[in-house]
Amino acid sequence: MPKVQVDGVEIEVPQGATVLQACELAGKEIPRFCYHERLSIAGNCRMCLVEVKPGPPKPQASCALPAADGQEIRTDTPMVKKAREGVMEFLLINHPLDCPICDQGGECDLQDQAMSYGRGTSRYDENKRAVEDKYMGPIVKTAMTRCIQCTRCVRFAEEVAGTPEMGMYFRGEDSQITTYLEKALTSELSGNLHDLCPVGALMSKPYSYEARPWELKKVPGIDVMDAVGSNIRYEVRGRQVMRVLPRINDDVNEEWLTDKGRHHVDALVRGRLDRPWIRENGKLRAADWGEALQLFADQLGEAKTKVAAIAGDLLDAETMYAAKALLKTQKAKLMEGRQTGMDYDVSDLGSVRFNTPIGAVENADAIFLAGTNLRWEAPLINTRVRKAVRRGAKVFALGPQVDLGYPVEWIGEDLTALAKLPKAVKDAFNAAQKPVFITGPAVLAAGGQGDAHAAAHALEVIKGDWNGYNVLHTAASRMAGLMLGYAHEKGMAGIIAAKPKMVLLLGADEVSADAFPKAFKVYVGHHGDKGARLADLVLPGAAPAEKHGTYVNVEGRVQRSEKACFAPGDAREDWSIFRAVSDLTGKTLPFDNLAQLRAAMIKDTPALGLDDGTIVELPFNPPSLAAKGEGALRYPISDYYLTNAICRHSPTMQRCSAELVHGESFAEAAE
Amino acid sequence: MSGITSLTDKDRIFTNLYGFQSPGLKEAQARGDWDDTKTLLKRDPDAIIEEVKDSGLRGRGGAGFPTGMKWGFMPKEPKPGRPNFLVINADESEPGSCKDREIIRHDPHKLIEGALLSSFAMRARAAYIYIRGEYIAEAEAMQRAIDEAYAAGLIGKNACGSGYDFDLFLHRGAGAYICGEETAMLESLEGKKGQPRLKPPFPAGAGLYGCPTTVNNVESIAVVPTILRRGAAWFKSFGRENNHGTKLFQISGHVNQPCVVEEAMSIPFRELIDKHCGGITGGWDNLLAVIPGGSSVPLVPAKDIMDCPMDFDGLKEQGSGLGTAAVIVMDKSTDIVKAISRISYFYKHESCGQCTPCREGTGWMWRTMEKLVEGDAEVGTIDRLYDVTKQVEGHTICALGDAAAWPIQGLIRHFRPEIERRIHERGGSAMEAAE
Repeated sequence: MPKVQVDGVEIEVPQGATVLQACELAGKEIPRFCYHERLSIAGNCRMCLVEVKPGPPKPQASCALPAADGQEIRTDTPMVKKAREGVMEFLLINHPLDCPICDQGGECDLQDQAMSYGRGTSRYDENKRAVEDKYMGPIVKTAMTRCIQCTRCVRFAEEVAGTPEMGMYFRGEDSQITTYLEKALTSELSGNLHDLCPVGALMSKPYSYEARPWELKKVPGIDVMDAVGSNIRYEVRGRQVMRVLPRINDDVNEEWLTDKGRHHVDALVRGRLDRPWIRENGKLRAADWGEALQLFADQLGEAKTKVAAIAGDLLDAETMYAAKALLKTQKAKLMEGRQTGMDYDVSDLGSVRFNTPIGAVENADAIFLAGTNLRWEAPLINTRVRKAVRRGAKVFALGPQVDLGYPVEWIGEDLTALAKLPKAVKDAFNAAQKPVFITGPAVLAAGGQGDAHAAAHALEVIKGDWNGYNVLHTAASRMAGLMLGYAHEKGMAGIIAAKPKMVLLLGADEVSADAFPKAFKVYVGHHGDKGARLADLVLPGAAPAEKHGTYVNVEGRVQRSEKACFAPGDAREDWSIFRAVSDLTGKTLPFDNLAQLRAAMIKDTPALGLDDGTIVELPFNPPSLAAKGEGALRYPISDYYLTNAICRHSPTMQRCSAELVHGESFAEAAE
Repeated sequence: MSGITSLTDKDRIFTNLYGFQSPGLKEAQARGDWDDTKTLLKRDPDAIIEEVKDSGLRGRGGAGFPTGMKWGFMPKEPKPGRPNFLVINADESEPGSCKDREIIRHDPHKLIEGALLSSFAMRARAAYIYIRGEYIAEAEAMQRAIDEAYAAGLIGKNACGSGYDFDLFLHRGAGAYICGEETAMLESLEGKKGQPRLKPPFPAGAGLYGCPTTVNNVESIAVVPTILRRGAAWFKSFGRENNHGTKLFQISGHVNQPCVVEEAMSIPFRELIDKHCGGITGGWDNLLAVIPGGSSVPLVPAKDIMDCPMDFDGLKEQGSGLGTAAVIVMDKSTDIVKAISRISYFYKHESCGQCTPCREGTGWMWRTMEKLVEGDAEVGTIDRLYDVTKQVEGHTICALGDAAAWPIQGLIRHFRPEIERRIHERGGSAMEAAE
């Protein structure tokens, strides 16, 4: 490990560290624009100049210079100060002075660093350059005059997102950042561009002119748009979530977030259920809580044990547990979360989860994607696979061909291919030290769990401590639901066959409309979507941002989300609805507040009480299942932007769907 | 200048510089090219590098880095799948420079033979000649010569019957000045936008397609066969210590006969002009200033240049540089401020835009220069301009920033009174038109 001196203090830095990293380790702040920890080094902004001896007698770009033994690094000399002032001045001469109307204001790297490292006055008396704005699609708004050509966006699109659609054209002071032919970005991660952009050139289109960063209350949450469990931050003003930003968690989402996770929030004020509704003569009419709960209690009394609970995709464990507890008071046992009818074997939870830690996927050397469109089902696992590919991993895939953003060898579209794996696959996995096999929802839906087990076994994906057998889910509620017992051994078909008299649809919007023609259907949820349309009684609940909740991601990682704001109107937190109705049935549930509910839940399922961010320990004993041998594969997601009740109500997601999935043109004329 | 004698015909390397004879293979062989190259290829590659080192050859592309030392950085045993490459920089775009063009169109076989020998010494599998896009006829001539050499078995598989397999490719650029920067050239060769790379890693470690690469100027490569035939000592006998060999000088501007001429290094400026260019227009008293090494080096005023030895160190002492030895002579009819402003425009136009100081600074410098041409400024503007050049110089990824800053610094250093005179004549304060 090289030893270097930073401003006279000797420190030891890790092998391969840069001078910039060495300075940071020594506690020195180095200003930068183009440098970003998770992107390749460009070295073009020249803001991070420091003095390094031995070396040429001029300042060096610290982001690109490897730290070497015996270096004397100075960050506090007049030369460095002058260099920073000079670069800052150059960056500002053509930057517009429109901070008061710029959405980046208050969280702008250029603003902050100009204050800290700039000269404070301008010597430039020429006209400033203006650059035409570019069209980049429904998510990214541009104000290209503000661009400082740091190329973070270009590198992100190419390196992380795998959609090399951005670039810089022209040269010199005429350089402009644009998308190829000014087309909309096709990435599911394009929202990260506005986080990356150090100035106000690339901004969030849906959030434009909405709020200032200092007005926002920041609440840590967990993304429910997929099963990855990305760590997010709700930013709230008053009763409204204004935006969602990613929190850094290197084990899960690094510092990225999907567009869906980021931009579904405009739906939290649209299409909400804010009062109870009762169906009379085929039509829903507004009701008050007293009436609604009484009807709920009466119907529970009539249904007796014939009550079923169907959990939706976005649910927290608390809601599922409260409903389970309510069913228990009725001695009812019909619970299912796999709304679309999947009935894979869950006798061993260890073999239906993502066993390889998400963060370790990037170290894999051979990857098999069995029936998963990873780019849509888990974009942030896809970025890890892409990282592995960049490091030399080989990827094979089974299923209809899609563009995943990296080279993939497709081996077929039918389960039959799993039994007859090509030699190339076998060779790659034979040579692999860290193989990864991902069984996707398409295989599970086709009944191919046994086939996947057999293939993974043949490919020997378990090597010592390394478990490369993974199952990918798409619902944020799935793992917690399975742990709480939301799985009938025959799936939804089993629930339907049991002919329940009452069905609790817990935010369940994907249940087929004719599944329970005779049952009394109670919908507890937050949006007036498909589930509410089926229901006889609609009870308004809280959206994920509006309640404290425990989520277990696809790896089995227990994470908690905090309540960012209150549910609208008369809507209340879901668990309290079940608590209230239990009062009326006379079998009162034993919890009066969230703490008591959590305690009861943890007593029932201790794993849900693990520390935040801990992965549940589960044994891995795959059941022996017969291979089905054939069956066409079909990915469950046909439209990435419209997968659940929340995003179906989001204007931004609808626009994304129309433009990016269905190819409608929204390109704006230049203003 | 004792010991510096001007070159005689018998010691000229480029014997067909003016195209009096055909550039074809047969005529080239008659002039001595490709003479028993096979024997040269029997030498130990390291011995060739040593010989070039001993000759004192410094890179002819402008920076003057010792060529033999540069070759020595290349891996001695290329790893499988990671061959060594030689890239020959024929992207001659520096205003004033026009020597590579003469080599390529009149003496291309010197370059091809040099490429073969240098590549052999560096264990390179292949060499690429990156030629400037505007050199259309030159590219055709070069390709003709390469085809001839292939057909004669001089290069290609088993080149010259030596057992060494060597390929030579000609690649045409698209006309960007920045692609003459060695790493931008590699980017361009790889099919990307020509933007300089960060160094380290240096090309000798990771260059073309990530493989060890050396980039050399056309002239540096073309003199190699003659050095190997006539010996390092012969080459070293020309020029002062540390500035050896012969050099193609390209004299343009206000001389009676502008020309490209091969001369011994360190020849005094006055001798160079009098002997080959018929003197300065209007006589020596009419000389105003000289840009001695292509547009990127600072100018040298008449009194300092007249007896200056034309070599790397001599011009460095004058605060300038030999560069490519593109000598731009300006007599007293020159509007010196306007001349430098035009050079500023060139660098503003050719800046790649990758890094901040150059992207933003070149435009600022040019616009300020335009005002100084008219005197539409204040005296303080000159100091500000100088400060801006200092903010660009040394802060950029490649040397284009320096190249844009130096001419202006040279102007301010030597001609500040002239700039101030214009400001005062205009009235001392800048009048602004309504915008």
